[in-house]
Amino acid sequence: MNTLKFITAGNVDDGKSTLIGRLLYDSDSIHTDQLGLIQKQSKRQEGEVDLALITDGLRAEREQGITIDVAYKYFSTSKRKFIIADAPGHEQYTRNMITGASNADLIILLIDARKGITEQTKRHASIGALMGIKHAVVAINKMDLVGYNQNIFENIMADFENKKSNLSYTQITYIPLNALHGDNVVKKSTAMPWYTGEALLPFLESVVVDKATSNALRFQVQWVVRPHEAHWHDYRGYAGNVLSGTLRAGQAVRLWPSQITTHISKIERHQEEVLEAVMGQNVVLHLGNDLDASRGDTLTEAAALIQCSSQIESWLCWLDTDALQIGKTYLLQHRFRTVRVKVQTVLKTWDIKEWQFQESGNNLKMNDIAQVVLRTNQPLFYDAFAEVPSNGNAILIDETSYNTVAACMFL
Amino acid sequence: MTHSTDYLHTLEDEAIYILRETAAQFERPALLFSGGKDSIVLVHLALRAFRPSKLPFPLLHIDTGHNFPEALAFRDQLVASLGERLIVESVEESIKKYNLKETSGRFPSRNGLQTYTLLDSIQAHQFDACIGGARRDEEKARAKERIFSVRDDFGQWNPKLQRPELWNILNGKIQKDHNVRVFPISNWTELDVWNYIQTRKIGLPSLYFAHQRECIVHQDKLVATSQFIQPLPTDKVVKEWVRYRTVGDMTCTAAVPSRAQSLEAVIAEIIETSISERGQTRLDDQVSEAAMEDRKKQGYF
Repeated sequence: MNTLKFITAGNVDDGKSTLIGRLLYDSDSIHTDQLGLIQKQSKRQEGEVDLALITDGLRAEREQGITIDVAYKYFSTSKRKFIIADAPGHEQYTRNMITGASNADLIILLIDARKGITEQTKRHASIGALMGIKHAVVAINKMDLVGYNQNIFENIMADFENKKSNLSYTQITYIPLNALHGDNVVKKSTAMPWYTGEALLPFLESVVVDKATSNALRFQVQWVVRPHEAHWHDYRGYAGNVLSGTLRAGQAVRLWPSQITTHISKIERHQEEVLEAVMGQNVVLHLGNDLDASRGDTLTEAAALIQCSSQIESWLCWLDTDALQIGKTYLLQHRFRTVRVKVQTVLKTWDIKEWQFQESGNNLKMNDIAQVVLRTNQPLFYDAFAEVPSNGNAILIDETSYNTVAACMFL
Repeated sequence: MTHSTDYLHTLEDEAIYILRETAAQFERPALLFSGGKDSIVLVHLALRAFRPSKLPFPLLHIDTGHNFPEALAFRDQLVASLGERLIVESVEESIKKYNLKETSGRFPSRNGLQTYTLLDSIQAHQFDACIGGARRDEEKARAKERIFSVRDDFGQWNPKLQRPELWNILNGKIQKDHNVRVFPISNWTELDVWNYIQTRKIGLPSLYFAHQRECIVHQDKLVATSQFIQPLPTDKVVKEWVRYRTVGDMTCTAAVPSRAQSLEAVIAEIIETSISERGQTRLDDQVSEAAMEDRKKQGYF
């Protein structure tokens, strides 16, 4: 059984939290005591439950009726396990939405049938695509308020289709919904016989996640295992996560930045010797020639090509309330390696309303998205995010506040 | 593991990754260990992350003084068998030192008071990261937590201003005197924890399995009689087959009626139950809808 991680995004009142509440409620994933609590809090008429209260976890969120930060919810059916990131709709909290999107396989873009595509829809669709999500569900909600009208659904669909060409989704699925009453959420609705596709949950249960897959071997040393005990005197293992490709015992490899070639003498997984390890697995490697490698060193196949540069073009999502300052030194954390960096120039910014680039000055403020040139104090060993996502992403950190100020996706 | 449990590998890999990242990025981490199932799983994951080395951090027990003796015995036996370092900090002493007032009521909780002891310990040992077994599925304030949750010098959580956390790139940089709470099993559900315990054959204190115990019937809950909770003449006292679904203080943790004496039987009951873990067993979370959020803002983990 595998797990699908998805994020729900949309405007403040498009009904995201209600949709999640409906998915959990109709799939029997809400415990009765939690339901009792929700019923108590619900200010609606007797008998009707405000499903949105299931996900709003903070006092301030309940008071204001908005979502401030991502809430993670877990449920499973007989077919699949699900992790939902319920993202805030407010523009002010977009950076929290980006946090949720960075770990999602699929995005649900919720649209109010009465309003059609809005600026927030476009913003969230842009961010989802940029963060590497390949699957989008455009969920057109509140169909009851437009008389379950097929034309309205199709017009919104056509509108999205017309504009989507600049977004890198490989699959977009359109579903007409009424989250409040459950139409097309878990079961097909009888109110919209004209809709021939699946209801949302059956779709989520069966969608096959398309991830950018490169076979290039990428491994970064996370932690050096060096027991300081007589019995383990000669033990020196390099623990880390296979970022991409497959590691094989005996294989010739190259270490970066030293560029020394060696071979993998042994692979251990959970203290047991294995012959190979694949993407996502944690292993401890032992290298030939008694090499000295440190945290953050990169390992590739001996003959492999990897980008090696201190001048890097990158997408940047700016997340901090303090705007970008050209020429200011930041820290760049590329997985386990941290270097110092300056943003040299902003090449062009992404106009989220038009889904196209525009020329701009060197200004980037919170929630802006742009392509920039970074200059690092030491070369990075990286890939384009589109090719090897886990070796093509990084974060920028302010050197004095230590806040995470930007997401980087290398070009 | 069989095909149907291969998602446990993913959760395990994620947790080990987070534990190694904690060891690499912080000078003085500690692993919060209570003798409950979630922290036992954390210790097991830490062994997988760091053996054959010693663990790069001590275990830290914030001892409320109201523990189940079975949990304490298990704690000591586990620590002895691993040869790792355990630090025990006493909430009882914090109560004396600061003249703290116990919560009122029949079933008092020292959950909130633990925070004083934890923060003192963080300061005394200069811990910059505390690894905890909290899970996002437990409670709605916890559903909002980051993996690396930054706390200020008062240990406070600021849920309206959390750091962005992108992909699995964890930013552990903090101001002096701030600290981070690390949650490696954030994405595990209660059922995942039980399935993992079964798959990896992890030992648990006996009170997680059905046994006979004298309990007071309090509203719809069963609270064990003990040195801390004596029955009143008006109480209905029963001897029941019970097990514990969570292990907190003896004073405010309820038992669950059960005959499940094996892991298989416990897991079958957890799949069937329609009541949440905390809702069924924790008397102290039911005080207010924001009880957990408020405790976390004050420095609880």
